[in-house]
This record gives sequence, C-alpha cells and structure tokens, in this order.
Amino acid sequence: MAAEAFPIPTSGGRSGLTARAIVAKGIRRRYAAELRFRAYGIAAILFGLAFLVILFTNIVSKGYTSFQQSAFRLDVYLDPEVIDPSGKYDENARQMVDYGELAAAALIKALKVDPQSRPDTRAVGALLSQNADIDIRDHMLKHPADIGKTISVWALAHGNVDSAVKGALDREVPEARRKLSDKQLAWIDRAVAEGLLQKRFNTGLFTFGASSQPETAGIGVALVGSAFMMLTVLLLAVPFGVAAAMYLQEFAPRNRWTDLIEVNINNLAAVPSIVFGILGLAIFINFAGLPRSASIVGGLVLALMTLPTVIIATRAAIGAVPPSIREAALGVGASKMQTVTHHVLPLAFPGILTGTIIGLAKALGETAPLLMIGMVAFVVEYPKSPLDPATALPVQIYMWATAAERGFVERTSGATIILLVFLVAMNLFAVVLRRRFERRW
Amino acid sequence: MLWTVLPSLALVLVWALAEPIVISKEVYSFLPEEVRNETRAVRSLTMGTIDAIASGVRQLTPEQLKLMREGRTNPVELLESKGVTLAAAPRPFMIDAAIRQNRLSDTSRDAAARGGLLLALLGLALGLLRVRPTLRSRNSVERVILVGLGAASTVAVVTTAGIVLSMLFETLQFFQSVPPHEFFFGTVWDPRFSAVGREGGSQGQFGLLPLLWGTAYISFVALLVAVPVGLFSAIYMSEYAGQKLRTVVKPALEILAGIPTIVYGFFALVSFGPFVRDLGAALNFDVSATSVLTAGFIMGVMLIPFVSSLSDDIINAVPQSLRDGSYGLGATKSETIRRVVLPAALPGIVGAVLLAASRAIGETMIVVLAAGIAANLTLNMFEPVTTITVKIVSQLTGDLEFNSPQTLVAFALGLTLFIFTLGLNIYALYIVRKYREQYE
Repeated sequence: MAAEAFPIPTSGGRSGLTARAIVAKGIRRRYAAELRFRAYGIAAILFGLAFLVILFTNIVSKGYTSFQQSAFRLDVYLDPEVIDPSGKYDENARQMVDYGELAAAALIKALKVDPQSRPDTRAVGALLSQNADIDIRDHMLKHPADIGKTISVWALAHGNVDSAVKGALDREVPEARRKLSDKQLAWIDRAVAEGLLQKRFNTGLFTFGASSQPETAGIGVALVGSAFMMLTVLLLAVPFGVAAAMYLQEFAPRNRWTDLIEVNINNLAAVPSIVFGILGLAIFINFAGLPRSASIVGGLVLALMTLPTVIIATRAAIGAVPPSIREAALGVGASKMQTVTHHVLPLAFPGILTGTIIGLAKALGETAPLLMIGMVAFVVEYPKSPLDPATALPVQIYMWATAAERGFVERTSGATIILLVFLVAMNLFAVVLRRRFERRW
Repeated sequence: MLWTVLPSLALVLVWALAEPIVISKEVYSFLPEEVRNETRAVRSLTMGTIDAIASGVRQLTPEQLKLMREGRTNPVELLESKGVTLAAAPRPFMIDAAIRQNRLSDTSRDAAARGGLLLALLGLALGLLRVRPTLRSRNSVERVILVGLGAASTVAVVTTAGIVLSMLFETLQFFQSVPPHEFFFGTVWDPRFSAVGREGGSQGQFGLLPLLWGTAYISFVALLVAVPVGLFSAIYMSEYAGQKLRTVVKPALEILAGIPTIVYGFFALVSFGPFVRDLGAALNFDVSATSVLTAGFIMGVMLIPFVSSLSDDIINAVPQSLRDGSYGLGATKSETIRRVVLPAALPGIVGAVLLAASRAIGETMIVVLAAGIAANLTLNMFEPVTTITVKIVSQLTGDLEFNSPQTLVAFALGLTLFIFTLGLNIYALYIVRKYREQYE
C-alpha cells in the first residue's frame, strides 16, 4: 500500500530519469490530486447548501402568494324580498337565507352585466366563492335592522379567480380547457382595474378549517390541534423525562437494569416514527379506547417519541454541572435529593429547556405517527378539548399535498412556510437560550 | 401528607381500573343464556348497545323510564331525543341490563369515594401519630420520591415492551390467516380489500419481498447520495475548513436534518418529481414523476447531515499523532486523509452509514409522497416502487376492521421494520462505541 502511494525510485527503475525527476513529476501529480480532493469537499458542501437554498426559495416562491387572497368589494343591497319574504323577523329563517344570491346580484350590478341573461349571470356567480355569503350573513345576524339598506362588504372570490388575479392561470390554454371563460377573464381584468377586485391579507388561511374549496381552506383547526398536542407533550414528556434523567444520572446504581434502561433510551431515539404510530393505534386507541383522531392520542404518541430527546438532553445538562456544587451542598447538610432539586437542577435548567424546545420542534414537524392514529380527518369544527377530532399542521400539509386540485398547491406551500417559521423560531429561541445561559465552570 | 394522599389515590386508581371489568362481568352474567352463546362480535355489539342505553337512561325521568320498561314508548326515539343514537331497537333484556349497570356503577363510585376518604383520614391520623422528634421524615419522603423517579425511568423500557407486544399479538393473529412463509417469501403484494361479508374466497396475497426490495432500493439510492456528499463535507470541515467556516457551514447543513420530512416529501412531489420527469422527457427517457430516483435522491439529501456530523466527530477523534506521522513521511494532506485518517476512522464511519441506513428504511413521509404506491419488483430506477412504510400507511388509514388480514398485515410489516432498524441501530452503536474506546 505504502509502496503504491510513494513510489520509491530504484536505480534500475525507469531508464533515463533521475530519482529527482521522478519525484518532481510525482509531486505535480500529487498536488493536482490534492487540489481535486479539496474541490470534492467544497463541491459536497456546496451541494448541501445549494439544495437548502433551492428548497427554501422554491417553497417560499410557491407559497408567499397564499398570504393574500382575492376578494370583491361589493355594495350589497339587503333585499327584504330575499331575506325576509314572509316579513317576520325570525332568527332561524335568517340563518337559512341564500345570502350568496345577494352577493351575486351585487356583483352583477357592479360589473354591469345584463341581469336577464341567464348564462351571463351564472358565469358571474361562478366568480364568487361558495362561502362569499359569510360576511353578509354575519352582518345581518348582528344588525337585523339594516334590512333594506345597502352595505359594503368583502366577498371572497372563487379559487380560480384568485389564481387568475395572481397570474397563476395560464391564459394561453384554449378556452374550452380553461377553468374560466374569456368573458369571465375580461370581467376579472376590468374588476381589478376598477379596484373592485383586490388582493387582501388572507386571514382565512389562519382561521378556516378543512374545506374542499381551496379559497376557504385554512389551518385554523390544525393550529389548535398542534397546540393541544404540544401542550400534552410538554406536560408529559418533560416531567417524566427530567425525572428519569435525574434518576439515571444522580441516583441509579450501575447494574444490569439501569444498563438495559440506557440501551432502551438510545434505541427509542432511533426507532422509526411510524412504529410509534402503530404503538399509539394498538395501545391508546384499540386497547385504552381513546377516540380516534383526537389530539390527546397524538400528544401521547409524540410525548413518547420526545421522551428520549428530553432524557438525553437533561442528562447532558445535569452531567455538565460540576461536582463541586454537589459537594458543597452535601457538605452543609443537604440530603442527596435536596442537593439535586435545589442546586443541580436549577443550574441545569437552561440546558434542559434547550433540549425540550428542540424535542418539541421535532415533534411539531412529525407526520407519520399521526397518520396512523387517524388524524387524517376532514375537520371543519374547531376542537374544544383534546378529546375532539383535530388535525395537525404537518398532517394538514400532507392532506393538501395529496389533494387533486391545483389551487391547494399554493395553500400547501403557505402552510409549509408557517410550519417552517414555527420551527425556525423555536430553534432560534433554543440557540439564544444556550448562548445566554451557557456557563463554563 | 404522604400517608394521607398516596393510599387513597392508589385505591381510587385501582378501583377505576377494576370497575369496568367487574361491572361488565356482572352485567354479562345477567344476560340471557342465548345471548351469551353468540359469537364474540355479536356479544361485544350487545355490550356496546347496553353501554349506550345506560348513558341514555341516566337522563330519563322516572316516568319515562317506567313507560319504556313496560314497552309503551319507542326507546329509540326517546333516547334519540336525549342525544343517544341507537342502531337498532333494544331488546327488553338490554334495558334491564343497562339499568342494572347504572345501579352497579353508582354503588361502586359511592364506595370508592367513601373508601378513599376513609383511607385518607386513617392515613392522616397515622401520620400525625408518627410525628415525634425522632422521626426522620425527610428520609422517608425522599425514599418515596426516589421510587417515583425510578418509576419514571422505566417508561422507556415500558414503551419498548409496549411496541413489541402490541405488534406481536396482532402479527400472530395475522399469521393465523396468512402463513408466515407466504408473507416472508411471497413475491406478489396484492392485499385485495375484500368486500364486507365476503369471507374466504379472494384473500389477497401478502408478499413481503416486493416491499423489502423497494425499501432497500430507495435506501441504497439515498445512501449513494448521502454518503459521498456527507463524507466529503465532513472531511473538508474537519481537516481543511477554518474555524469561521465551520461555525457557519455546520449548523447550516444541520438545518437539513431539522426540516420536517413532510416538507421534503412535498418538495419531491410538487417540484423535484416533475423536474426529473421533464428532464427525462427532454433526454427521451421515460421517467415517471414518482420513482426510486426521486424519493431516493431527496431522502439522500435529508440524510447528509446524519452522515456528516457523525463522521465529523469520528474523524476529529482520530489522534493528531497519526496525521503528524504521515506528514513526516512526506505525504500530502489528501494522501494522509485517504491512507491514514479514513482507514483509522472507517469503523466509525461505517457505523454512521448504518445509522443513516436505518433512518432511510424507517423514513415514511418522503416515500409516501414521492415513491409511488404500486408494489413493483423492478431494477429500473425511473419506475415507481413502494416501501414497507408506505404500505403501513395505506393499510392503516381509512376505515379499519381490526380482524381482517388487510389491516393486521400492517402490524406484521411494522414489526419487521422495527426488527430491521433495531438490528441496524444496535450494530451501528456497537461499532461506534467499540471504535471510540480505541484511542481513549
């Protein structure tokens, strides 16, 4: 091997060449190899970084538009004929009114379309979202006296209109295969020019639940579900994790049993997440009878997954506290337990917190185990307790990613940006904490 | 304090666990003979109905209850109005059983509360009696806390046991309907979702090999990307890069490990897959958007930091004296790395690669979105294949019946996956640890 690397010039080796010449020739080759080797290293690093940049720019460029949503500025005439045909002021009846019709009528008027032409009015109606009526209905329920007046509201545009406004709709496609007709596009262009159709900040993305229409789909339910889960993880994984780490690091005798526990913890940290999902399905749902799709089950599963992270981080933090502190406490008469709880734990706290946040961030982005316990559900209602069906942020991304309609791609990227923002914020917080409280003894 | 709370808490807990079992046994013995001879499914259905009636009956007034027992009102409608939906009209014995169940559980709650309170008072008295100057209460309190801490540390073991046991039972059940050799050596994966009620007949085939092949192939492609890139960046960072570059590049590369896998999957599905397909079309290749290549490449990128940071640590652990010796013989830096440092670090690097492989095998979201769902025994990198994890997801999402092999196979797959990754992890950790001790 060595002979191959550094060819030893022997006298009779190569005719006409002195040993010096051979070495000089070899050196050029070897330096070239050296440069190449360095280049490989730089290329590898650049490859990784480039991919990171591409990934982020790709998602941001696809998703930033989802933070705005097109809506029509409409002057809606609250027609008594439609709202209250019977003339009775009835709460129930007013819930049932087709306010969408009023919005469509207002849009027909605003676009100066002939109200008698059925195809045209229908085409105008198709520009509005199916949920365009929510604002009008809310207004009517709040101010019943406004009947017969004209109010000004924002009515959500249909998803196709939204993509046309954002330029995501290919206008070169022949009309028959396009989602919007030439006529509709002309109306949209005019409405945009007149300020009738505007892009506004998309609050719906944060507040709506599941929907089959992209323009009314949001991550509200998913955010609540994820929050419940994070709370469960925090309440379970941290106490158990810290207690276990305390025991293993400070009290446990070295024997087979504690060795087994340690090997177990290290292995649990590397078990595929989907296996935890199967565990949750078999134990929490089938055996313990907890409801499917509930965020408490998700929280339990994620807590089990986070536990090793918390234990390992806490042990490292406790181990970093110098023995002199313990000896001092023991010296003034504190018991072992008091030493640990009064002195070691507070000093290890920043480290524990950092580990916990990183564990939480990992749990927040976890998807596979949640699929197993049925969190892939179409949930419109906000969950009121951790026992109600809910979804989670990454699961919502998964569901939208697999949705057939193109309009969801933008939403998915938007939700991904939000998820990444959460993760970056949590990790930054952990880094700041570490920097701020890092202490060297 | 301890004497007051702990015993009564324990009593209440045990009671709460035992209560449903005892009561359901009691109610069950109350049922007519012919119901008890039914099949298991029917029996559990009956018990479920009784539970539902019991919760409904609580909300009825005594008169309504009397009417219902005498069969003079329609129980379904009556209970519906209280928010309890029944699938079918209950038979009279069910209503009686439900009422009995309610009475039993009332008595038991009552007894539990009284017993708990009594025990608490007794404990308090005992505790107060024991207070005297010679009592070292700190010691006993701390002993209890220590037991609590020890119990918390066993959660990890309990979890592992739970994983193994939960999957083992379902797997054994699965092997009752599908013989193990068909599962392990079958080459066709076709778990027909048989129509409800059509027992026997077409059962579907559950061959593990196509899934195993898909998993191995994708992992191989992923490692083909991750190992060179990760290794070279680790080498560059530990041997060439200055302190400044390290502090920037290392965390940046580690971001790749922090990105949720669903994000990678989405990227592969929406951007990378179509890109590869178009590229293939331009080069006259027939590439499908979901393929081994797409999933493997993206997964490889995800694994870069796993390989690089572990290898980095291991390369740093190689003692400087080895390098100095090599330089002294006139070797260049790259020659030293290739011929001295890497061979010395090889076991550790192999361990890192094995850990990355176990990650790749267990990875789910990327392959769910980017690898395809058709089980396919193919060598072609541009065709979709499917993996164990994808099939677990597809068998276990949606409506489930927990006694069909279609569902149970997921547990068998999960156990296979668990054993594979566990083996890889243990072996990798063993190698890493063994190596680390060499220079210490």
